[in-house]
Amino acid sequence: MDSTSYILRFVLTMTTLAAVLLAGMLYLTEPAAMRAEEVFNKRAILTAVEKQLPKPLSQMSNQEVLSLFEKQVEQHVINMKGEKVSGMKAEKINLAQEKKKPEAERLLPLFVYKDAQGKPYYILSVRGNGLWDEIWGSIALEPDMNTIAGVSFDHKAETPGLGAEIKDNPAFPAQFIAKKIYNDAGQLVAVNVRKGGIVDASHDVDAISGATITSNGVTEMLQRGLRYYEPYLKKIQAENKQTGLK
Amino acid sequence: MAEISTQAATTAVVEKKEPWFGKKERKLLTDPIQSNNPITVQVLGICSALAVTTQMLPALVMSIAVIFVSASSNVTISLLRNYIPKQVRMIVQLVVVATLVTIVELVLKAANYPVWKQLSVFIGLIITNCIVMGRLEAFAMANPPKRALFDGIGNGLGYGAVLLIVAFIRELFGKGTLFIGTPIAMHIIGPSNETTRYWINTANPNSLFYGYTNNGLMVLPAAALFIIGILIWVQRAWNKKLVDVS
Repeated sequence: MDSTSYILRFVLTMTTLAAVLLAGMLYLTEPAAMRAEEVFNKRAILTAVEKQLPKPLSQMSNQEVLSLFEKQVEQHVINMKGEKVSGMKAEKINLAQEKKKPEAERLLPLFVYKDAQGKPYYILSVRGNGLWDEIWGSIALEPDMNTIAGVSFDHKAETPGLGAEIKDNPAFPAQFIAKKIYNDAGQLVAVNVRKGGIVDASHDVDAISGATITSNGVTEMLQRGLRYYEPYLKKIQAENKQTGLK
Repeated sequence: MAEISTQAATTAVVEKKEPWFGKKERKLLTDPIQSNNPITVQVLGICSALAVTTQMLPALVMSIAVIFVSASSNVTISLLRNYIPKQVRMIVQLVVVATLVTIVELVLKAANYPVWKQLSVFIGLIITNCIVMGRLEAFAMANPPKRALFDGIGNGLGYGAVLLIVAFIRELFGKGTLFIGTPIAMHIIGPSNETTRYWINTANPNSLFYGYTNNGLMVLPAAALFIIGILIWVQRAWNKKLVDVS
C-alpha cells in the first residue's frame, strides 16, 4: 500500500503533465484545425451553386476555394423582418445557436454568389431534424427568388446508405434544381420530398426509399427554413418588379 | 537496466541474452491477430466495430488511431508500472488513455477535417474501448516497455484487421464501392454512366451480376454483427483450439 501523500503527489504530477501536454497540442494544432473547418464549411455552401462554379469543387484546392469565396461571395446577415444587419459576416452566424433564441430575434446568414457575368445566386441556410440528429443544408435561389439553382445537404448522424443519402448520393440534391418554392398563387410552399413518386413536377422531389423520416425532415426543414427568409425574399421580389426584372 | 532487474525479481525468470525481436516478441505481435483476436476471440470492442465499419476509410482511420493509442498507452503504463500507486491504477490508466486519445483527435481534426467529422464521437470513445484498458490491466502493468509495445501494436492490428474485413464486405455489398471519399475511391458494382466508371456494370444484361442492387441491410449496424458472427464461426472451424470445451 502506498501512502496517501505519495498517491497525491503522483496524481498531481501526472495530471499536470497531461494538462501541459494537451494544452501544447491544442496550441499547435488549432490554427490548422480552424482553417480546415473554414474550408469545409465554405465548400458545403459552394456545393449549392456547384453547377455555376468555374470548375467542380472536387478539383479545387483549399486555397482556390478560399480565394473564390473571398472574391465572388458577398456575405450578409438578415433579421426576421427581412432587413440587413450591418457589421456582421454571415459565416459567423451559427444556425444551431440561433435556434435557441426566440423566433423574432434570430439572425439568418445569406451568401450571394456572383458568377463571372455578375449574375447573383442567393444561398440560404436551413436547419432541421432528421431521424437520429440534426440535418442542415444550403439552398441556392436564382435572382427571381423562386427557382432553385441548387442545394446541398449534410447531417450529423443519419444512417449511411439510407438517410445519409441526402448527402452521399449526388442524385438526391440534383433533383431540386429548377424546382419552384412559390406556387402559382404566390404562396410559399417550398419543396416536398414525396414518397412514391412525383405528383407536382415543380414542387416535388422523389424521397429516399427506406429513409422516410429523414425525407420528411428535409421537407419540414425546407418549409420552415424558407419561411424565415420570406420577408427578405418578398423584398427582393418587389425590388425586382420595380426594376422590371422578371 | 532497472527494467530487467525488477522484471527478474518479480517474476523470478532468469534473464538470458535474447535477440531484440525474438520468437516471444513475434508471438506478442501475431497472437492477437489470429488465435487471441480482441474482437473475435476475446469479444471486446464490438461497439465501435458496429459503428465505424460502413465504409473502408473511417474503419482504416479508426484502426490506425487504435493501434497508436493501444501501443503508446501500453508503453507509457509499462514505464510507470512500478511507480503507479495500486489504489488509483485504473484512474491513472484512464488519464493516460484519455490524454493520448485527445492528442489523436486534435491531430486528426487538423490533418483531415472531413474524416474527423465523419468519425465524430467514435475517436473519443476509444477511451472506453475495452481492448485498450484490458491490455493495460492485463499486460502493461506486469511487463517491460518493449514487450508492452509489441502487445499494444498486436492488439491494435488484430482489432484493425477485423474492422477492415467487416468494412470491406459492408461497403462493397452495401454501396458497391470501396474507399469512397479518398483519391483511390473504387466503384465496383453499379450502373455504368459517363461520370463514374464501375468495374461490374449491372446495367448491362450480359453482366454476370445483372440486376444486382445494393444490399440495404449491409449499411445497418446489424450487418456488422452478422459478419462478425460469421467470422467467429469460420475462425473456430479452422482453429479447433478456440472452441470452448465446456
